[in-house]
Amino acid sequence: MQQPLSSGHGASLPNSSTAPGRHQQVPSKAPLRSTAGHCDFITYQNSYQVPVQNIIRPVCPTSLDNTQGSGQTYSTLSMDSSLIAPRGPNMITATPVQSFVDTSQQASYITEHYPSQVPYIVPSQSTTQVLSTHSASINHAYPGFSYQPTSVFNTQHNAPLNLQNLHFATSQPLFNAMSCQTKILPKSEQEHPPASFQPYHAGNTGTSWQPLARTSVKKPAGFTTKPVALSSTARSDMSAGFPFSMPHQIKPSYSPSMTNVAKPPVSVAPLAQWLPPSTERLTSATASPASASKACSVDLFLIIKLIQHQVPCHQLQMMRMKQPSSKVNHLSSSMKGLFFQNKQQAEARKQINLLQERNILPPVPIQCPQSNLSPELRNLNCSPDLFRCTLMNVPQTQALLNKVKLPFGLLLHPFRDLTHLPVITSSTIVRCQSCRTYINPFVSFFDQRRWKCNLCYRVNDVPEEFMYNPLTHSYGEPHKRPEVQTATVEFIASSDYMLRPPQPAVYLFVFDVSHNAMESGYLNICCQSLLENVDKLPGDSRTKIGFITFDNTLHFFNLQEGLSQPQMLIVSEIEDIFIPTPDSLMVNLHESKELVKDLLKMLPAMFTGTRETNSALGPALQAAFKLMSTTGGRISVFQTQRPSIGVGQLFSREDPKQQSTIKGLQHLGPATDFYKKFALDCSSQQVAVDLFLLSGQYCDLASLACMSKYSAGSVFYYPSFHHIHNPTQVEKFQKDLKRYLIRKIGFEAVLRIRCTKGLSIHTFHGNFFVRSTDLLSLANINPDSGFAVQISIEESLSESSVVCFQAALLYTSSKGERRIRVHTLSLPVVNSVAAVYTGADVQAITCLLATMAVDRSISSSLSDARDALVNAVVDSLSAYRSTISNLQKSVLVAPNSLRLFALYILALLKQEAFGTGLSIRLDERVFSMCEMKTRPFVHLILMIHPHLYRIDHLSDEGSITVGDKTIPQPPIIQLSAENLSQDGAFLMDCFSVMYLWIGKNCTNSFSNEVLGFSNWDSVPQNLDRLPELNTLLSRRVTSFVSWLQDSRPFLSILRVVKDDAPFKANFFQRFVEDRAEFALSYYEFLLHIQQHISK
Amino acid sequence: MAFTFAAFCYMLALLLTAALIFFAIWHIIAFDELKTDYKNPIDQCNTLNPLVLPEYLIHAFFCVMFLCASEWLTLGLNMPLLGYHIWSSPQIFLGVLIVSVSRYMTRPVMSVPGLYDPTTIMNADILAYCQKEGWCKLAFYLLSFFYYLYGMIYVLVSS
Repeated sequence: MQQPLSSGHGASLPNSSTAPGRHQQVPSKAPLRSTAGHCDFITYQNSYQVPVQNIIRPVCPTSLDNTQGSGQTYSTLSMDSSLIAPRGPNMITATPVQSFVDTSQQASYITEHYPSQVPYIVPSQSTTQVLSTHSASINHAYPGFSYQPTSVFNTQHNAPLNLQNLHFATSQPLFNAMSCQTKILPKSEQEHPPASFQPYHAGNTGTSWQPLARTSVKKPAGFTTKPVALSSTARSDMSAGFPFSMPHQIKPSYSPSMTNVAKPPVSVAPLAQWLPPSTERLTSATASPASASKACSVDLFLIIKLIQHQVPCHQLQMMRMKQPSSKVNHLSSSMKGLFFQNKQQAEARKQINLLQERNILPPVPIQCPQSNLSPELRNLNCSPDLFRCTLMNVPQTQALLNKVKLPFGLLLHPFRDLTHLPVITSSTIVRCQSCRTYINPFVSFFDQRRWKCNLCYRVNDVPEEFMYNPLTHSYGEPHKRPEVQTATVEFIASSDYMLRPPQPAVYLFVFDVSHNAMESGYLNICCQSLLENVDKLPGDSRTKIGFITFDNTLHFFNLQEGLSQPQMLIVSEIEDIFIPTPDSLMVNLHESKELVKDLLKMLPAMFTGTRETNSALGPALQAAFKLMSTTGGRISVFQTQRPSIGVGQLFSREDPKQQSTIKGLQHLGPATDFYKKFALDCSSQQVAVDLFLLSGQYCDLASLACMSKYSAGSVFYYPSFHHIHNPTQVEKFQKDLKRYLIRKIGFEAVLRIRCTKGLSIHTFHGNFFVRSTDLLSLANINPDSGFAVQISIEESLSESSVVCFQAALLYTSSKGERRIRVHTLSLPVVNSVAAVYTGADVQAITCLLATMAVDRSISSSLSDARDALVNAVVDSLSAYRSTISNLQKSVLVAPNSLRLFALYILALLKQEAFGTGLSIRLDERVFSMCEMKTRPFVHLILMIHPHLYRIDHLSDEGSITVGDKTIPQPPIIQLSAENLSQDGAFLMDCFSVMYLWIGKNCTNSFSNEVLGFSNWDSVPQNLDRLPELNTLLSRRVTSFVSWLQDSRPFLSILRVVKDDAPFKANFFQRFVEDRAEFALSYYEFLLHIQQHISK
Repeated sequence: MAFTFAAFCYMLALLLTAALIFFAIWHIIAFDELKTDYKNPIDQCNTLNPLVLPEYLIHAFFCVMFLCASEWLTLGLNMPLLGYHIWSSPQIFLGVLIVSVSRYMTRPVMSVPGLYDPTTIMNADILAYCQKEGWCKLAFYLLSFFYYLYGMIYVLVSS
C-alpha cells in the first residue's frame, strides 16, 4: 500500500513522534537565514507527519508580543473564552446568559495577584491588552451599564479555584438577566478546575517553543494536545457538521453592517443558547453537553437564513469532512480569530482625521489586514510574506472597484527561502481536468471520490492514489493529504513536466578587464569571493562553469581537464563572433576544479596595467550566449563602463541641464533594442543574465538593464565603485556577491498564476518574459526576486463568496530535480465599499503603485508618474470621503486601513526613483526603478519607508526570544527629525543600509558600552560592525541589530552618522515627514491633497 | 461603357482590398492565438511585424491611385484610415517630419520595422487594443470591398 506513494514520506515516518514540536517552533514568518541558500527539505519531511490542522499559524495581527513561556499557554485560553465577552452584554437583553459568567471569570485574569495563587498561570501582557480593550468596548456600547461586576469577580477569582461556586451567588444579583440558566452552572463549574488546567499544564512542560517572529502569537503545543484529549470524550456528542459551520454563523453578527448593538432578537436567542456549551468546552475539558449539539445545529442553520450570510456550500462540505478531533481546535481558533476580527473591524471602521492625528505610525511593524474570510480558511491561507493581495476583501464587480479607486493586484515572492516547506513526491499530481489548477486547501470534496475545483468549479475525480494518506497511513481520507492542508507546497514533478532532461547548473562569468575595470580593482575582490565560494555554488556533479573576459577583444579560457594550467584564447574579431574551442570552454566544475581555482588566482594579475580602454560588451554577450545556448543557465556580467565598440554600443545620453527639471528628464528607457533582443534570445534558451554594474560615470543602465529585465536576471549597481576610495561600496559588493553565489537557484522555470473565473491578469511587473496571458517565462528564478500582478475583474463575482489565486512555479532545482512550488491564496468577495476599504492593505498598495509608477515614467514621463501617485491618494481619499455623509469640508479623513497611505506615497515620491532632487544621477534613478520592479514587497516597503529605532536605552520590555537569545523590540519612531534627540542614539533601518546616528550629548556610557570607544568624539566615522562587548546594553544592541540582519537575504551595511559624517545628508534625506529640498513635508503634502479633494 | 482609368483603379483596389482582408484576418487570428496561449509572443511578433509596412503601403498605394483618378469621394472615405496609419507608423516609414505626432513616441525602441514588441504585447490593454483594431480594420476592408465593387460597376456603366 505504501509502496507506490511514499518515496518522499516513507523514509521519515519513524520520526513522526518528534514532529509536533517542530511545527510549533517554526512560524511561517521565521526570519531568513542570511545564507539561506540551502533550505533543508529533509528536515521538513519529518514534520510532515503531523496532522496539518495542528499547525497553528499566527491568527492575530495585533501587537501581542511579549508572550513568554507558560504565560502564553494560558493567555491563549483566556483569549478564547474572553472573545465571547463582547457578545455578553448583547445577550443579556435577549436570553439569560451563562457565558457571561465565564467571561467575567476570564476577565479577572487581568489582576496581578492571580499568578501567585495559581502558580502555573502567568498572565502575559497580551492578556491584559486584549481584555482591557474588550472592557472598553463594552463600556462604550453600554454607557449605562456598569462594569463593576468585573471587579467583584476579580476579588473572588483571586481566591483559590474551588471557591468558584461561591461567586455565582454574589454575582447573580448584579446580572438581573441571569435567571434560569444559572442553575446548571455550578455543575459545569465544579468540573472546571481539575479538567481544564490539566492539559495545559502537561503541554507546558512537554514542549519548549520559541516565538521567532515579532508579532506572531502561537499556540503552544499544550493547546494542541487538548483537542486530542477532548476528542475521545466529546466526539460522539457532536453532530458532524456543526462545530465547523460555526465560524460562518458567528461571523455575520460581527459583520460591519451589524454593530454590537443592533441585532435581530431572533438570531440572538439561538446563539445565546448555544454559546454556553461552547464556552464550557473551551474552558473546561469535560465532555461536551450531550443535548446541545443537534438542536443547536438546527438553530444555527436558521441563523444563516436570518442573517443571510452566504456560507459557501462547498466550504461547509469540506469542513464536514474533517475529523472531529480537530473540531475543538478549530472552534477555539476560529473564535479567537473572531474576537480579533471583531476588534479589528471596530478598529478598521474607525476614520482617521489625517490632519489632526499626528502619530499615525504604529510602534510595531504593520501587519497585513485580515480578510473577512472565516478564520479557519484564513488560517489555511498562504503566508502574506509570500503572496498577498492589495485588497484583502475582493470587490464583487469592476464597478465597485472603480468606485473604491484603489489598485487591485497581487504581490508575490514565490521562491522565497522558507524554513519549512512540505515536499510531496507522488506519481500523480492531482490537478483540475479543465483549468489545470493544483489541488489546494480551498477545494471542496463532495464525497470521497470527487472534488470541485475552486477556480473553474469543475467537478473532478479523486485518483485512487490520492485516497491513501501517507501521514496517517489511512485510506479514504483525501481531505487530509498535505496538499489539501497547506497552501504552500512543493511537488517533485514527474517526466510529464519536462520538455527535455533537467539541465545541470551552468554558470558563466563574464568579466570586464579594460583599463577602467582594472583601475577600480573589482576583479580581485570578485575572484577572491569566487575562490571562497566555488565549492558552495549550488549544483550537483554535473555543474558546469566557464569564464570570459573582454576589453576590445574577447578572451576565452580553456579549462579542459588534463591541462596543466588554464589556456587563454584571444579572439580579436568582434564583428562576427566565433567560439574557438566550443567543447572545452564550459567545463565540469568538479573535474576541473583545480584549473578553475588556478585561473581565479591568476586572473586579477593577468590584466593589471592594461591600456585598453574600449569595452566590447555586446560581442562578449553574444559569445556567452553561444556558449550557453545548448544548456541554459546563468551568465553573470561584470561591467564597469559604457560599452563602446561592437554591437550594443551605447552613447552618453546624460545631460546635466535636462536633469535639473523634472519635466525634461528623459532617457529612462533603452537607447537600443540590442539588449532586449539579446535577453529574449537568452530567455528562449533558458539563459538568464545578471548584471553587476560597478562604475564611476554614466553607463546608460537604462539600456544595459534590459539584458536582465527580460531574461529574469537581477541587476546590481555600485555607483563610484573603487577598491580603495570607496570602502563601503566594496563591502556591499562583497556581501552581495557572497549571497549571490550561494543562494538557491532554479533553472528553466515558468510561473503561472491562475485566478478564479471572472478575474483576469492585466499586467505583470518584475523581471521575466511574459509568454502568455498568465504564464511567465523565467530562465532562472532566485529567492530575492518578487513579482507584482495587476488584476482586473472581467465578470461579476457574485456567484461565489470567495476567490482564489494560485501561483505555480515549475523549475529545475540545482540538483537536477524538476519541482513545482504552489502557493494558493483565498480571499472573500464583498459588495460594499466599506468592506473593501477595511481590507485594503496599504503596504501592498504602495508597492504595487510603485511598480506601476515605474512603468508610467518609462512609457510617459516622470512628472506624469509623480502626478499619478499623488492622484492615487487623492482619488482614493475622495472616494472614501464620498461614502461618508455629513463631513466638514476642511476635514481630511482616511479609513483606518489607509491611514498611512499618504505617508507612504510621500515617501515614494522622495525615493531616488521618483525624487526631484538635483543630485540624483540618471543611472541611480534607473537602478532605483529596477529595484522597485523586482524587490519582494517585504523588502521594498522597508526601502520606501525605513524604520527608526532609539537604541541607547534598550530594555527587555516587550522583547522576543529567538533560540536562546532575547531580542529587544524598541518601538518604531516616526521619521521626523524632531524625534531625534542629541542625547540619544538612533538606528535607522533602510533595508540595504542601516544608519546609526549618535547624538552629540549621548552619554559616554553608550559609546563606551556599545561601541567600545571612550567618548563621542573618538567614535570613528566608518564603523563597519558593532563590537560584541560584554555589557548588557551591547548585548541587547548587537542582538537586535543581528536579528534585523538575519531577516534579510543581503546583509545591510552599518554606517555611523555623526554630525560631521559624510552620510549625514543621506541619513536626513530619509526623514520623509520632514521638508526637504524641492519636496513637501508630510503636513504640507496632506494640505496639498486636501486642496485637490475639495476642488 | 468604356474602360477608364477610374475603373482600373477600382478593379485594382478590389483585388488589393481582398489581400488586405486576408491580412486583417491573419491579424485577428494571431492575436486570438496569443490570447488563448497557443503561440509564443516572440514568434507571433516576428510574423506580424513584417506585415505592418506592406499593409500600410498597399493602402497608401491605392489611395494615391484614387487621387490620380480624381475619385474624391472614395479618397475621402479612405482618408481616416490613411491618417490612422500614418499616425501609428514607425519612423522608418515616415521620416522625421511627423515624429512629434506619430505613435513612434510610445512605440517600443526597435531596430526592425513594425509595431509589436514581444515584451509588451501581452499586456491586457495592448492585447485588447490590437484585437479591437483587427476587427475594425476587417469591417472597414469588407465594406470598402463592396463599395469598390459598386464603384467599379458604376464607373463602367456611367462612362
